[in-house]
Amino acid sequence: MAHTLVEKILLAHCDAGDVRPGDVVTVRCDVVMANDVSGPVAFRAMEKMGATRVFDPSRVVMVADHFMPAKDVKSAELQGRLQRWSDEQGVTFYGQGRGGIEHTLLCEEGWIVPGAVIAGGDSHTCTYGALGAFGTGLGSTDIASCLALGSFWQAVPDTIQVELTGRTGAFVTGKDVILAVIGEIGVGGGTNAVLEFVGPGAEALSVDERLAVANMAVEAGSETGIFPADEKVGRYLDGRARSPWSAERSDPDAIFRQRLELDLSVLEPLVAVPHLPGNVKTVSEAGPVSIDQVYIGNCANGTMTDLRQAASILRGRHVHPRTRAIVVPATQAIWREAAAEGLLDQFVEAGAMVSTPTCGACFGGSNGILAPGENAVTTTNRNFRGRMGSPEAGVYLANAWVAAAAAVAGELVHPETIT
Amino acid sequence: MTRVEGVALVVPGDDVDTDVMYPGAYLNIEDPAQMAQYLFEGFDPSLRGRVVDGTILVVGSNFGIGSSREHVPLAMQGSGIRGVVGRSFARIFYRNCVNLGLAIVACPAAADAARDGSRIAIDATGTVEVDSVAFDAPRSSALVLELGAAGGLVEWTASRLSDSRRT
Repeated sequence: MAHTLVEKILLAHCDAGDVRPGDVVTVRCDVVMANDVSGPVAFRAMEKMGATRVFDPSRVVMVADHFMPAKDVKSAELQGRLQRWSDEQGVTFYGQGRGGIEHTLLCEEGWIVPGAVIAGGDSHTCTYGALGAFGTGLGSTDIASCLALGSFWQAVPDTIQVELTGRTGAFVTGKDVILAVIGEIGVGGGTNAVLEFVGPGAEALSVDERLAVANMAVEAGSETGIFPADEKVGRYLDGRARSPWSAERSDPDAIFRQRLELDLSVLEPLVAVPHLPGNVKTVSEAGPVSIDQVYIGNCANGTMTDLRQAASILRGRHVHPRTRAIVVPATQAIWREAAAEGLLDQFVEAGAMVSTPTCGACFGGSNGILAPGENAVTTTNRNFRGRMGSPEAGVYLANAWVAAAAAVAGELVHPETIT
Repeated sequence: MTRVEGVALVVPGDDVDTDVMYPGAYLNIEDPAQMAQYLFEGFDPSLRGRVVDGTILVVGSNFGIGSSREHVPLAMQGSGIRGVVGRSFARIFYRNCVNLGLAIVACPAAADAARDGSRIAIDATGTVEVDSVAFDAPRSSALVLELGAAGGLVEWTASRLSDSRRT
């Protein structure tokens, strides 16, 4: 029987003899992850379940990243509890100064391999599809059950296959690829489905860019976004992967709910304008808008690729006097690499602030909250009303070139206009 | 939990996201009663004053998009909300409600028929009544019904764990 990539992964992780879209199956987890927000809520639920030990400490990872470093007493208590619980259970804990933003971090640390199933207490767990894994976001009670039993219930999703053709032009990145798809199918268009990215355009994207694409699959309502693993993923995982893996892909005669084709060669830099990730326009259509803050970072776009793009614009230029710029490398390792390459100094010289890795202002936690009436260009993944602070602020989602250009111009502009 | 009854409160619009229902700044709160103070904070805080013990929310399409934060359904339960009837739901929000034992059903005809103050009854096996008019809803999968019958995923997992200890 022909199967899609995700059907193959789920079939290998459940006891069913076969799987078809809509079947509800119990899926075994290779990795269970939670953070300082979802973890402590899950621990309470786990206690109510009467579970005292996790199913397998070697498969559980906790990351303090949301309110890290602690923004107030409550946040400090949550992080303390996360650390103590991790010590008691003997699971891996990445705390302040030792990790970074969970999704970028777990890839970097080799927890994610093609074909794996990752249950994450964070909706952007779909990021792991960049490496050919089935990562999916779950709430804290689900995570508690995963911690206790090592499995979760899952309706087998449909697959929407997105064929990427052509090569991206100047100032166009993986961010624009996923914004184009969400703009096309809408914020509910991927519900009960996974987005699978194939074709020469997909193969041409770097691992960093695939992370950006997969990260926002949930913004279309999808269970996950996934790329079949290839040689690029193999090279990325060399010396990094914590478990053996093998690459699969969808059978040619598998049944897809929908097939889309996207020609990357005609794609322009895009933005999602307030207040939905599906409100997608070209930068030229959306601008000019006066910009108060630029935020370059988060689990979607805080990689070396993003930082190099931003630096190529900010190097030797100045952040506009009315604009604040914040750069957040996604992990400690990326921070160090960017420092060694001189990028962090270039950001600071331009008048930007460089932060420690944190989820920070991306979800309105801390580290750059917006005031009423302000507009921000960010490389983050959500622009819901109030997402980064005041409900009267506007967030424009864009790639790192566009964000850096907005920092220099003080308004939303096409990066090619920065001279 | 086979049948849940209550009074409708309409939450207007489609694609209502979890950030407006429970902003990120309050995610460091752990007590559902405290969470209830921030429900709908970024959407329409006045809705809080109209929630009573026994409210059933009536919502549009693709309700609950965004974050996996369980704080939203926990704040709902902490406010006295017993169920949600909508045109359609985002995946994580839907499963969070199922897991927490908060009745949730996608039934466009019932959602369209309900007005503020309508008497609503949700029967998990496949019917929604709005002011005594019955609408067919898609029957939930066997496992979802099992979770509902157990009272939620906490109770369901607890019973799995105690079974495995006995064997």
